[in-house]
Amino acid sequence: MRKFSPVIKVIPKIRGGATKQAIKLSEKTIAKTKKASNFFIEVADIFLFITRIIKETFSRDFEFREFLRQCFQIGNKSLPLISVTGIIIGLVLTIQSRPALLSFGAVAMLPGMVAISLIREMGPVITALICAGKIGSGMGAELGSMKVTEQIDAMEVSSTNPMRFLIVTRVLAATLMIPLLVLYADGLGILGSWAGANIKGDVSFVLFFNQAFGHVHFMDFLPAVIKTFFFGAVIGLVGCYKGYTAGRGTESVGIAANSAVVLSSLLVIIIDLIAVQITDML
Amino acid sequence: MNATQIETVAPAKTNSEKQVIEINNLRKGFGQQEVLNNVSLQLFNGENLVVLGKSGSGKSVLIKCIVRLLIPDDGTINVLGKDMSELNRDGLGEMRKKIGFLFQSGALYDSMTVKQNLEFPLRRIKKDLTQNEIDEKVKEVLENVGLLDALNKMPSQLSGGMRKRISLARTIVVDPMIMLYDEPTTGLDPVTSDEISSLINAVQKTYKTSSLIITHDIECARATANRIIMLQDGEVYLEGTLENFEKSTDVVITSFFK
Repeated sequence: MRKFSPVIKVIPKIRGGATKQAIKLSEKTIAKTKKASNFFIEVADIFLFITRIIKETFSRDFEFREFLRQCFQIGNKSLPLISVTGIIIGLVLTIQSRPALLSFGAVAMLPGMVAISLIREMGPVITALICAGKIGSGMGAELGSMKVTEQIDAMEVSSTNPMRFLIVTRVLAATLMIPLLVLYADGLGILGSWAGANIKGDVSFVLFFNQAFGHVHFMDFLPAVIKTFFFGAVIGLVGCYKGYTAGRGTESVGIAANSAVVLSSLLVIIIDLIAVQITDML
Repeated sequence: MNATQIETVAPAKTNSEKQVIEINNLRKGFGQQEVLNNVSLQLFNGENLVVLGKSGSGKSVLIKCIVRLLIPDDGTINVLGKDMSELNRDGLGEMRKKIGFLFQSGALYDSMTVKQNLEFPLRRIKKDLTQNEIDEKVKEVLENVGLLDALNKMPSQLSGGMRKRISLARTIVVDPMIMLYDEPTTGLDPVTSDEISSLINAVQKTYKTSSLIITHDIECARATANRIIMLQDGEVYLEGTLENFEKSTDVVITSFFK
């Protein structure tokens, strides 16, 4: 045994090292399993949240007055930002596109190209992303701070269904108002485009308008409008979910607002991708 | 009601009076942590019952279990003879109309004026009132808490004491039978705390409510209690009158009442 004494000394070290490695590995596995299960729990939570919203939407005692107030908050209060955004999108798109079209001798196509781009893609997506930042974060922060200061609990205790009063009204208002804001932004975008066209040229508004809408068909318009309803619903849902499920500390309010913007922006892009694929198949 | 004079506690009711809240063997935990462990208590008609305990003893959890903001793990809670766990959503809503809850932070709705805050529960709970009747009721409760001039202010324009008084006004505007106070004097200076304690007693006298007051403020307990229960580590440690507690030589009790 003495011959093998160095080996005997080393074996416990190997055993000890292996044990430590095994413990580390099992801890990592447990942590990753927990992360995965938390993810699935969150997915289930979101699904239940959506189910509750649908159920409360069709229940009696719909909070119509609060719904109208939210429509005003979302629509009216977003008008200045959407106005500036719409005009600038049209202006920039025109200024950027004009040199390329000029090189092909196709400047006459500029109004039509801008109109189609705005109506099909730029208007809906950029407006929805702006709204995700303004409205989504606003909902997340407002509901998060209501959660932290027990206002939601106070509503629950005073026999008011907070889901119906706070969440359903906001989600429906966002679903309805964001398509209207997109249409408004598209209109101002075309106005901005006309202004851009007149920087290097001289085009009357009537001529520009006719050239723009001469190339726009119903199937350019309809899928774009339909997808904006989904954008609105997602922005409302995500903002409300993040705010309603915020933690109890003040830090949670910031996290709720931030994650509402990030997630709703990402979902807007994903929905747009799906919408494009579906439109392409039709 | 005069909010500036210290109101005295209404006479204690005897045990033969009707129980409005009966809690039996209540248990509630969060994860591995047991917050309430086999808590039993009764609130009798017309009395102010103070639940005393240090922070983390489970007082707020207890009061939230009563109105089902939290669901207990075990035990029963009967309010006005009805088992709260057996009520459906509508039944729970009806029961909550009879209970007023004063939150620790006040929980005023930030986007509404004081008037709108008070109208909010009133419109939902007493749907048959006309606008004139609502306006009268709102003015009445604001006069009772001494803040009629705050009618059109936003919560952000109010001090901490004013917010607490408006929250109390919002709670009593619907004429509840039972009042639950979650740390009513926390964060307030001694003078304002005395005013709130006085208002609690005035509500008991004027509105004939039965109240459960959660607090760690000894002065509030002294000013308002008909009976006191002390929670320690999620269990009922002692139950009795203020005199019992003040005369006790128990170390835990004396550390509170020194």
